[in-house]
Amino acid sequence: MRIHLTGVFVDDQRKALRFYTETLGFQVKHDIPLGEHAWITVVSAEAPDGTELLLEPAAHPAVGPYRAALVEDGILGASFAVDDVEAEYERLVARGVRFVQPPTDLGTVVTAVFDDTCGNLIQIQEEKGQP
Amino acid sequence: MDIYRAIADPTRRAILDELVDRSGQSLFELCGRLTMKHGINSSRQAISQHLGVLEAVGLIRTRREGRSKLHWFEGAPLKTIRERWPVSTDEDTSHSTDEGIEE
Repeated sequence: MRIHLTGVFVDDQRKALRFYTETLGFQVKHDIPLGEHAWITVVSAEAPDGTELLLEPAAHPAVGPYRAALVEDGILGASFAVDDVEAEYERLVARGVRFVQPPTDLGTVVTAVFDDTCGNLIQIQEEKGQP
Repeated sequence: MDIYRAIADPTRRAILDELVDRSGQSLFELCGRLTMKHGINSSRQAISQHLGVLEAVGLIRTRREGRSKLHWFEGAPLKTIRERWPVSTDEDTSHSTDEGIEE
């Protein structure tokens, strides 16, 4: 068994698609109209056949209170692996991304957390080599 | 609870250490730091209760930023300890007293 799809709830699917592709650099895998919403997934350009991230509409009434409670405590919507958190932080800040946690060295990993402008806190994480 | 009981607990002292390291942390970030840097594997709920104790004695303040609740260290209550048991500074030691006599 493998994880092929996971997702984040997004306030506005079109805005989310722009952020996740144009700002973060992911690629569109599927964009299938489904009534007023769409089935939209993105993949990493480094792994186009890898795990898809579903940009799920936040319209369900349970999503509002669920996400509000998570974000209040700073809990993540998703976490993405990068080779160099500091470099990625600089690149994204230059593109106007708002970080709520700057790069932080936690010993075995370096992490940073940004706001995806669609209602979620997203972490980038770098695994450090064994000392 | 008073300030002495509040800082008697090692987890609460680690929380203050981490908030001094970086102000304005969410519960999630604090829990991550406590686990990764201090080996403290308490539940979020337990850490939240510790934060409540520290806030009640005024050692941390919380503020909403955007949709998140963030925590800050507040050192002012520690003044009561320093006033009760004053800390001698270099100026108070014998050699500075000599300087005082020269003046």
